[in-house]
Amino acid sequence: MLGKLTWSAIPLGQPIPMAASLFITIGVFAVLGLVTWKGWWPYVWREWLTSVDHKRIGVMYVLLALVLLLRGFIDAIMMRSQLAIAAGGAQGYLPPEHYDQIFSAHGTIMIFFMAMPFMVGLMNFVVPLQLGVRDVAFPALNAISFWLTASGALLVNLSLVVGEFARTGWLAYPPLSELQFSPGVGVDYYLWALQIAGIGTLLAGINMVTTILKMRAPGMSYMRMPVFCWTALASNLLIVAAFPILTATFGMLLLDRYAGMHFFTNDGGGNAMLYFNLIWAWGHPEVYILILPAFGIFSEVIATFSGKALFGYRSMVLATMAICLLSFMVWLHHFFTMGAGADVNAFFGIMSMIIAVPTGVKVFNWLFTLYQGRIRFEVPLLWTIGFMVTFTIGGLSGVLMAVPPADFVLHNSLFLVAHFHNVIIGGVFFGGMAGYNYWFPKAFGFTLDKRLGIVSFWCWFVGFYLAFMPLYVLGLLGMTRRMQHYADLSWQPYMIVAEIGALVILCGIVATIAQLIVSIRQRERHRDRGGDPWNGRTLEWSTASPPPAYNFAVLPEVASLDAFWIMKLRGNRMPVEHFESIRMPKNSANGFVTAFFAVVMGFALIWHIWWMAIFGLVSAAITLVVFGWLERGENEVSGEELAMSERARLRPVDAT
Amino acid sequence: MNAEAASTELSEVTGAAARRALAESGPAPVAIVVAYGFWIFLLSDIIMFSALFASYAVLSGQTAGGPAGRDLFNLHHVGVETVCLLFSSYTCGLGLLAVERRRLDGFYLSFALTFVLGATFLGLEISEFTSLVARGAGPSRSAFLSAFFSLVGLHGVHVCIGLIWLLFTVAQVAARGPRDFVRRRLLCFSLFWHALDIIWVGLLTLVYLMGAS
Repeated sequence: MLGKLTWSAIPLGQPIPMAASLFITIGVFAVLGLVTWKGWWPYVWREWLTSVDHKRIGVMYVLLALVLLLRGFIDAIMMRSQLAIAAGGAQGYLPPEHYDQIFSAHGTIMIFFMAMPFMVGLMNFVVPLQLGVRDVAFPALNAISFWLTASGALLVNLSLVVGEFARTGWLAYPPLSELQFSPGVGVDYYLWALQIAGIGTLLAGINMVTTILKMRAPGMSYMRMPVFCWTALASNLLIVAAFPILTATFGMLLLDRYAGMHFFTNDGGGNAMLYFNLIWAWGHPEVYILILPAFGIFSEVIATFSGKALFGYRSMVLATMAICLLSFMVWLHHFFTMGAGADVNAFFGIMSMIIAVPTGVKVFNWLFTLYQGRIRFEVPLLWTIGFMVTFTIGGLSGVLMAVPPADFVLHNSLFLVAHFHNVIIGGVFFGGMAGYNYWFPKAFGFTLDKRLGIVSFWCWFVGFYLAFMPLYVLGLLGMTRRMQHYADLSWQPYMIVAEIGALVILCGIVATIAQLIVSIRQRERHRDRGGDPWNGRTLEWSTASPPPAYNFAVLPEVASLDAFWIMKLRGNRMPVEHFESIRMPKNSANGFVTAFFAVVMGFALIWHIWWMAIFGLVSAAITLVVFGWLERGENEVSGEELAMSERARLRPVDAT
Repeated sequence: MNAEAASTELSEVTGAAARRALAESGPAPVAIVVAYGFWIFLLSDIIMFSALFASYAVLSGQTAGGPAGRDLFNLHHVGVETVCLLFSSYTCGLGLLAVERRRLDGFYLSFALTFVLGATFLGLEISEFTSLVARGAGPSRSAFLSAFFSLVGLHGVHVCIGLIWLLFTVAQVAARGPRDFVRRRLLCFSLFWHALDIIWVGLLTLVYLMGAS
C-alpha cells in the first residue's frame, strides 16, 4: 500500500538529521500559520500563487533562490566545520553516510535551486520590460514552469524529513548511483526532483526564446536589444538545447534503477562513461546558462553606473553568441582522465582555452566602459567590480585546468572545487546579487538600504577569498574532494581559515537579510517615485516602479540602442491621453495545481507507491486537459483607466 | 490575447507596420508566436531523442551474449508500421486542409483515419515488444536491448500522447467549431505528428535497417 515507506524513513535515531527536519517542519508550519493567522490566503492565492504575470513569477523565482541559498549554505558551513576538526585521527561530528548526503545536497541545491531560479527569475522579471512588451510569449506556461521548479525544490527538501538524500555527489555518477550500490531512496529523490524541475526549466527556456525572438517593442531590431536580452537569449537557447539531454540521461538512469535496464551498469554491457559524456553534454552548457545572464547583468550595471553606453556593444553580442556555440564543444574537459587519448584530450583542451577568448573580450569591454565614466559606487556596481576581480582569477584557474596534463594532477582535487566556486560564486552569485540590488526598486518601488548592501558585499567578497583560496593550496597539496576526514595534519590550518571564511560569508548573508528587513521598514524613505532611480538607459526604467500589470500603457517606439536614455536626452514626453484599451490574461491555477500533482507523483515514485504515482500522473494530465479546454479569460484595461494611472504616475516627474 | 492586442494597437498607432523591417515590426501576431514556440519545443524534443540515438549507437553492439538486432528484427512487420505512420501524416495534413476550408465532415473523416492508422502503428509496436519479451529478449537482457526498447518505446509513448491529443482536438473542434485558437492548436498537433515521422525515419534507418543487416 505504501511501497517502501515506513516509519523508519523518519530519522528519529539520528540527532542532526532529526534537528534539521524539525527545523524545516517548524519553519514551514510557522509560515503557513502566519499566513492563516493574518488571513492572507486570499491575497496570496489571487496575487501570487495563481498569477501569470511575468514580474510576479520572476519575484517568486528569486525568492525561491534566496530561501534555498540558506538551505545550501547551512550544508556548506556544516561541511566546513566538519573538515576544520576532522583531521588526524578525529572523525568530526558528521558520519560518512551523512557527510556524503550533505555535499550531494549542497551541490544539487546550489546549482539547480539557487543559481538557476536566481537567473531564470531575473530574466523573467526583466526581459519583457527591457523588450518593451507586456508579458512573455506564454504567460500561463510561465506559471507552470515556475511551479514545477518549486516542486523539485520541495522534493529535495522533503528528503531531509522523510528518508534520505543521494550520497553520490551532485551529478550522481554511475555505477555508484545504480541500484546495486545505492539501493536507498536518496538517488531517486535526486532524480525525480531534478526531472520535474528540469521540465519546468525547459518550458521556461522555450518561453523566453520565443519571447525574445518574436515579441519586441516596435522598432527594436536585434541590434537594438539591451545586452541583458542578448545574454538571456543565448542562455535560453542553451536551455532548450541542453536540458533535453539531461532529461534523457536521467531517464536512462531511472530505467536502470526501476526497470533493471543496463545503460550504465557494470554488467549486461552497460557503459558508465556514456553517462559521463551525456551528463556533461548538458553540464557544460549549464554553467554558461548560469553565467551568461550574469554577464548581461554586469553589462547593464556597468553602463548605468558609468553613465556611458556600453563599450563595444557589437563585440559583446558576438562574444555572447560565440560562447553560446562553443559551450557545446568543451564538455570532455570534465573528464580528461577518462583516457579518451591524447588527440581527443588535446581537441577539448584547445576548445576550452578558446572559449576564454570571448570571455576576455567581455572583461575588456567592461573595463573600457568604466574608463572615463562618471562612476557611481552604488551597491550593484560594487558586486560588479568584485566580480571582475574574482571571476578573472577563477577563469585563469579554469584555463590552467584546460591543459590536459595539468588536469591529470588537479582532477577531483580541492583545486577544482576552488575553481568552480570561484566562477559560480564570483560570477553567477555576484551577478545575481548585483541584479537583485539593481532591479529591486523596479520590482517593489523602493531601493534597498545602501549601507547594509555594502556590508553584505564586503562580507561576501572577503569571506569568499578566505573560504576558497586555501582550497587552491590544498588541491595543489594533494587533497581530494569529498573527504569526510583526513590524516594529514598540515592541511588543517588551511581548513580552519576556510571555516573562518564561511563564517564571514554567514555575516554577509545576515547582512543581506537585514538589508531586506530594514529597507522594507524604511520603504517610505527609499521610495522610487519616478520609476528611474539609477538614471537608467533601458526601457524597464521608463515605466512605473513597480510597473502596472500591463507594463507599458503604450508600447514604446524604439529608434536606437539604450532606448530610454535617448528618449530622456530628446526630452520625449509620455502620452497622457488617448489610450487604446489593453487585454491581459487572467490568473490561472493551472501551474499550481499541476505542480501539486507532480509532487504527489514524484513522491510516490520515489517510494514505489505505484497507485499513488498513477493517481498523480493522471491527475496532472487531467488538470492540463481541463485548463486547456477552458478558454482563457482576459481582463480588459480601458483607455480611461490607463490615462488616469499614467497621469498619476507622471505627475511627480513633471513636478521636479 | 496579449500579442494580438499589441499588434493591432501597433498598426493603429504607427500605421506603418507593413512597411518596416520584420525585426522592427513589434510583437508578432499570436498565431505566429504559438507556432514558433511549438517549433522550439519540437526541436528540444528532437534533442532528447538525439541523446537516446547516441546512446543506442554506443550500446548497440553490447549484447552481453544475448541476441543482436539481426536475430530479432522483422522488417516486414516494421514496413507495415512505417506505412501506417507515414500515411497517417498524410491524412492528418488532409484534415488540416479540410478545416481551413471549413469542411468539418472531411476533417472528422481524415482525423478518424489518422487515429486508426496511429493506433495500428502502436498496436504493431506493442505486439513486437511483447513477442521480444516472450522470447527472452526483454529490456533488461542487455545494454543493446535496453537502448532499443527505450528509444523505440519513447517514440511509441509520443505516438500514444499524440493519439490522446488527437481526440482532444477533435472534441474541441466539435464543441467550439474551427475558431482561431482551436485552429492554432490543430496546427501544433499536426506539427507534432509530422515530427514523429521524422524521428521514425531516423529510427527505421539506424535501428532497424542498419541493425537487421
